[in-house]
Amino acid sequence: MMRRALVLAALVLLAVAPLVLPEFYVTLLSYIGLASIVTLGLVLLTGIGGLTSFGQAAFVGLGAYTTAVLTTKYGVSPWLTLPAGLALTFVVSLCLGFITLRLSGHYLPLGTIAWGIAIYFVFGNLDMLGKYSGLAEIPPLTVLGWRFGDDRTFCYLIWVVTLLALLAMRNLLDSRSGRAIRALRSRSMMAENFGVNTARLKIIIFVYAALLAAMSGWLYAHFLRFVSPQPFGLNSSIDYQFMAVIGGSTELWGAVIGAALLTLLTEWLKDLLPKVMEQSGNFEIIVFGLLVIAMLHRTRDGLVPYFARLIPADTQRVWPAQAPPLPRRAQLQGGELILQLKRVSKNFGALAAVKELSFDMRAGEILGLIGPNGAGKSTVFNLMTGVLPADDGEIYFRGERIDDCTAREIARCGLARTYQHVHLLQTMSVLENAAIGAYLRGHEGVWSASLRRDRAEEAQLRREAANRLEWVGLDGRLFDAAGTLPLGSQRMVEIARALCADPLLLLLDEPAAGQRYREKQVLAELLRTLRQRGVSILLVEHDMEFVMGLVDRIVVMNFGEKLAEGSPREIRTNPAVVEAYLGSVV
Amino acid sequence: MNLAIALWLSQDAVTNGAIYALIALALVVVFTATRVIFVPQGEFISYAALSLATLQSGKVPATVYALIGGGILVVALDGLAALRKKSLESLPGSVLANVVLPLAIAAATWWSASRPDDLLLQVVVTLAIVTPLGPMLYRLAFQPLANASVLVLLIIAMAVHYVLTGLGLAFFGGEGVRARMFPDLQFQVGILNISGQSIGVIVTSLMLMVFLALLFGRTTYGKALRATAINRVGARLVGISYEFSGRFSFALAALIGAVSGILVSPITTIYYDTGFMISLKGFVGAIIGGMTSYPIAAVGSLVVGFLESYSSFWASAFKESIVFTLIIPVLLWRSLVTHRVEEEEDDS
Repeated sequence: MMRRALVLAALVLLAVAPLVLPEFYVTLLSYIGLASIVTLGLVLLTGIGGLTSFGQAAFVGLGAYTTAVLTTKYGVSPWLTLPAGLALTFVVSLCLGFITLRLSGHYLPLGTIAWGIAIYFVFGNLDMLGKYSGLAEIPPLTVLGWRFGDDRTFCYLIWVVTLLALLAMRNLLDSRSGRAIRALRSRSMMAENFGVNTARLKIIIFVYAALLAAMSGWLYAHFLRFVSPQPFGLNSSIDYQFMAVIGGSTELWGAVIGAALLTLLTEWLKDLLPKVMEQSGNFEIIVFGLLVIAMLHRTRDGLVPYFARLIPADTQRVWPAQAPPLPRRAQLQGGELILQLKRVSKNFGALAAVKELSFDMRAGEILGLIGPNGAGKSTVFNLMTGVLPADDGEIYFRGERIDDCTAREIARCGLARTYQHVHLLQTMSVLENAAIGAYLRGHEGVWSASLRRDRAEEAQLRREAANRLEWVGLDGRLFDAAGTLPLGSQRMVEIARALCADPLLLLLDEPAAGQRYREKQVLAELLRTLRQRGVSILLVEHDMEFVMGLVDRIVVMNFGEKLAEGSPREIRTNPAVVEAYLGSVV
Repeated sequence: MNLAIALWLSQDAVTNGAIYALIALALVVVFTATRVIFVPQGEFISYAALSLATLQSGKVPATVYALIGGGILVVALDGLAALRKKSLESLPGSVLANVVLPLAIAAATWWSASRPDDLLLQVVVTLAIVTPLGPMLYRLAFQPLANASVLVLLIIAMAVHYVLTGLGLAFFGGEGVRARMFPDLQFQVGILNISGQSIGVIVTSLMLMVFLALLFGRTTYGKALRATAINRVGARLVGISYEFSGRFSFALAALIGAVSGILVSPITTIYYDTGFMISLKGFVGAIIGGMTSYPIAAVGSLVVGFLESYSSFWASAFKESIVFTLIIPVLLWRSLVTHRVEEEEDDS
């Protein structure tokens, strides 16, 4: 309860502060709120999504200048200029995101730096925008004839918006889209395998962050009632990024703490440093730079996550309530041809990882894919799930060709997989990890999640995840961070996640590795039950005892080629297989 | 616009483009060897230009103190690392490179400051002051995070840019200066007046490019750097340390920055933050080359030079906006021709 108490205390302080603080500090508090809104967008983008922008100040400027021009030159009501500014920012950020986010990670920051500088000089040189002297006499905000005239009332307005933005972001992260966003940074291939369009999601969070910045800009313009290019330059963008880094870009409150620290520090240093240096100038940037370097050398997390560790978390350990079950796919008739590989090949340079591999699989079958290390088994999985493109050959799923499909399209067909090296989000709870699997069975997007209009569906998704975790015997650990589980259990979480996708074909990559005897029995029992329910299972596994007792048929691979195919009994006595595993007896 | 103006603008474009090309090359060197998007590259330009001008006024530039202070910090860090490893064998080398050498350079600087007319000496001393700052920066700011993601390294680069810009202001103040150069020659070729400065810039740039080409093509050091660029892990396995690649590439970047600074100092007035703007245009060139291709980066920088020069004639107020907007169609083109590359960082 301690965190909740802290947040409550902060809110009470915030509610009282504008009434009791001297005017100067109320203004500072307003600036902190304005910066927090922008930084919050960067927390989503950088800390959670793994992207970086150095153009946020330019978006602030876009919001500020839109309202400044429309209100002063055309007499438009500020309440109409807000949507106008947001719309403009939406279009610009969408274009920028579309252009840069298809490229590798560093093009977004570079593209936003260039865009930020370009727009800065437009602000500074366009007559209509008042050139470098800016636009003055921007009207105040009024509601029903009541003016947000003085700094104290405006401070409240700014902080209400800040807290609403914080709340919306918290809602977003605790949702179907939020889980996918949290997977972007380190597990985007996994996310694609469960149907997440990661490129689209990256653009969405970039636009989301840009809109928050534009919102802050609109408030700024009506708060100061004057705009000039200077606060929208590259240095301000860098400042926002530093606020996120110092506050802690993986925690939402990091945005507020970072904004507060840097804003206050600027004020203090602006007083102090010119006296020490005996000349005037913005020497505070030296301190900021050193602070950020020192911070990143010690911890990449920033201040808030560092201190958050010291305060016991009050995670809600509420078992997901009953909810109507999610709709399921039409199940297959037993014996239907579900998977066909026809002469599939994959080369890595001169190495033929898979060579003209062909085999079939029927619905309701458990097929074992075995072979010595390096035989190409995991590569086959990657070819089947769109992680790697095949060089040659064809793969059919229920008669439809899938080898040229994207990972997302394949997921949609009803293939779900686990990974040889566990692909879980270590700091996310077991329940949330599993729920990622059900991504394609939900529809609610970023906006409805931010506004909490996704709760009915969210309950269904969580319930589904909890049920699947119960199947694999992990119902006691729903709320633990996935990284705290032993490796064997993490593999089980991966299986539960795959099951959440309601797959027709389940691809399991070494599910028994790292499991103890008892766990293997549970796993074997689970796989048999699944087969009875009509799920087909393709199993890569090294534990022969486990494989032989479970599967209907086996395909043996060696050096990328099919060595043998048949029932477990046939395989056990096949001389070629024995030789591949044990070496020639002669 | 008549032919004379067009030629004059082109001369300006090629001169500036050559500088941008040098910066773009430095950025590509650093990025390919260390994955650092080296935003502070421009500070070397300012530091060199302003140090040169300070020497010419008979004073000792404060960059020397940065050199000595930075060196002491590096030795302190190396000493700590050596104590932790319980092996002091690398320490004497570090002291030699980071304390003794800077002190020698400082002595040369004092001597040079007393000879305000010896241009060649000033140039040499300026290069000697600025170049070692590169490897020191790498050691202090980037080496401890050598395995971090490109984005973390970029944020560090931004922070370093802040520190260096602020220090630049502290060292040199807000005043702009222009350095004196060798007596300025003018050549009359047809209707075109060619300035000796332009020729100096272009010839020096070309020489530096040839030097780089030879370095990367013919020498072991250059090849080691290329190996790191192509495959970091592989390079490490054959014994090329990332520390070496980092220090070496940063030294090259600082040297190139210093040369550029000396080249531009007689042409334009340099303030403590002018170098940043110059290097950003070099960035546009480097981005055209995808941050990895030397020839395309050089050509891209020339394009930037022309765009800037001609837009300063047609729409001088929007010169900067036009140059930086160029990056948008370039990125669009790259995103259409490039396959998507996944870069994942492991959170475990």
